[in-house]
Amino acid sequence: MRFLFKTDYRQDLRLFKHGGQVFWYGALLLALMVAPWLLPDYWVSQLIFVCIYSIAGIGLMVLVGFTGQVSLGHAAFLAMGAYTEAYLQQHGWPFALSITFSALVAGLTGIIVGLPALRVKGMYLAIATLAFGFIVEEGLARADSVTGGNAGKMLGPLEVFGLPIDSDQRFYYLVLFFLVLVVLGVMNLLRSPTGRAFVAIRDSEISAQSMGINLARYKTTAFALSAAIAGIAGAFYAHKIRFLSPDQFTFLQSIELLMILVIGGVGSIYGAIFGAAFWIVVQQLIVLAKDWLPPAIGQQTGLQPTIFGLILVGFVLFEPMGLYGRWLKIRTFFQLFPFYRKGMFRRQKSYMKSERLK
Amino acid sequence: MKPLLTANNLSVQFGGLKAVNNVSFEVWPNEVFSLIGPNGAGKTTIFNLISGLYRPTGGFVTFEGEKISTLAPYEIARLGIARTFQNIELFEHATVLQNLLVGRHCHRHTGWWQDLLFTPRVRATELQFRRTVEEVIEFLELQHYRDSMVAGLPYGVRKVVELGRALAMRPKLLLLDEPSSGLNVEETEDMGFWIEDIKHDLGITVIMVEHDMGLVSRVSDRVFALNQGEELALGTAAEVQSHPAVIEAYLGGADDEPAPTAAAGA
Repeated sequence: MRFLFKTDYRQDLRLFKHGGQVFWYGALLLALMVAPWLLPDYWVSQLIFVCIYSIAGIGLMVLVGFTGQVSLGHAAFLAMGAYTEAYLQQHGWPFALSITFSALVAGLTGIIVGLPALRVKGMYLAIATLAFGFIVEEGLARADSVTGGNAGKMLGPLEVFGLPIDSDQRFYYLVLFFLVLVVLGVMNLLRSPTGRAFVAIRDSEISAQSMGINLARYKTTAFALSAAIAGIAGAFYAHKIRFLSPDQFTFLQSIELLMILVIGGVGSIYGAIFGAAFWIVVQQLIVLAKDWLPPAIGQQTGLQPTIFGLILVGFVLFEPMGLYGRWLKIRTFFQLFPFYRKGMFRRQKSYMKSERLK
Repeated sequence: MKPLLTANNLSVQFGGLKAVNNVSFEVWPNEVFSLIGPNGAGKTTIFNLISGLYRPTGGFVTFEGEKISTLAPYEIARLGIARTFQNIELFEHATVLQNLLVGRHCHRHTGWWQDLLFTPRVRATELQFRRTVEEVIEFLELQHYRDSMVAGLPYGVRKVVELGRALAMRPKLLLLDEPSSGLNVEETEDMGFWIEDIKHDLGITVIMVEHDMGLVSRVSDRVFALNQGEELALGTAAEVQSHPAVIEAYLGGADDEPAPTAAAGA
């Protein structure tokens, strides 16, 4: 087990707490950098999806995991980003501008959706965001002059600063770069007053406002940031698939994103990334397993949702902290070996809160 | 000298219930002012009126001469009024240090976009916040718990952390809602010392709701007794305790049926 000897407050502000972390994250980054040369194209393509879903997942995590607000309409923010990107690219905007603008449009939509969040909570907020998701889906189908309607919209080849992104390898590096940017941005938020204000709102709104936190402002900020990050993911999604239609951004997509968070572990950036990786890998495993299973099971429609449903139930029952929680436990087990106790991660029963204002 | 905080004919009504009825008092700088009264007397309601969680239906509160009854809770906090809650309201899934740092929130002057980039200015403010928070940690002897999650801490420690979070704001006025509830004798004694130190060393004015008369008479300069939302008595702890109306409110009047002796002890 490592004991950190702290002699300076700046040590607690560092993104990497000790040399070991620098080493392992460096190794991870290196592995990710060489991956496209070692892996077959098909798996590189899957890695791209892991990155895109990770970005979308981190976006949702800002809202759900850190600020404690629910959203059942996050696919709509993906859609806003994706369609804005497609539209701007069609009109000849350079990538650097169009992606910024996609994030902005999605973020502004987030502010509008966040407005009911200032009034409603929990269940009612979930329903408000759900309704928003349906409205956007319907709107995309109707506004066919811009979106191509149900017939869909094609995207042209992508070019970044004159460099054509014509292979999965190049696209992978581009997405990875943005994923790293998003992760760093959110980590920065979390170690600064804004991130703490989010967490404060999540844990106790009543004392957050008594500490001087303007609930309306921070909830709106959380919605806007979350939507903007989802918008970035949407823009990459558009470039990856190269074809957009409203049925890619349904309610089910929003639910998928939430499931990714629950499976990965709500409340940490790791959770979003673990969840996204797990989601894509298991999807691929199911595809592979289809050939091995007897046709009566393998060719069943709804095999994939059933399996994911079971996995989700399993996590809720046995590992509510998700994959990240499991990872923490395994790590602690080895760090403390042989002193790990079974109940170490069990939360103490929290005390009754009898008096609730409002 | 001007009063730090005044309540002027303060009233609040929930439907037909007058929770606070025409209450007026003044709190002077650097005093410990205690609110006492039986359950349901309206003590916590007065706290909620001061910190802006409730709007008065009549009367108003002033702080440093300004009316604050129309301000939002976060604006009131920024004026320098900190509070704790009867049923601890900490940020459970964060460490003690993070909880205390939230207390510095009012003193931030960076926006979210600067936080996103963690600019040098954010870094400098963070270090400055940390220094202030460490002073609070030292004052309340919380060093041992600095990096623990609140969710795993015993009740007595949480109570101190909540006090610490309020102190981290460096407030001018501190509202303590039952600081000793749920604490054992020793912890209550510590709480008493801290309240005295908060007044003498930090120069912070304290308004306190408290049932433990031992603690009240030890630290309070003045005591305000309430019953059913109305003023009963105001004065030193000893004066209020011997005031006939207060005795009647707690123990029942002479013309009531004779109270059972067990109730008198409670």
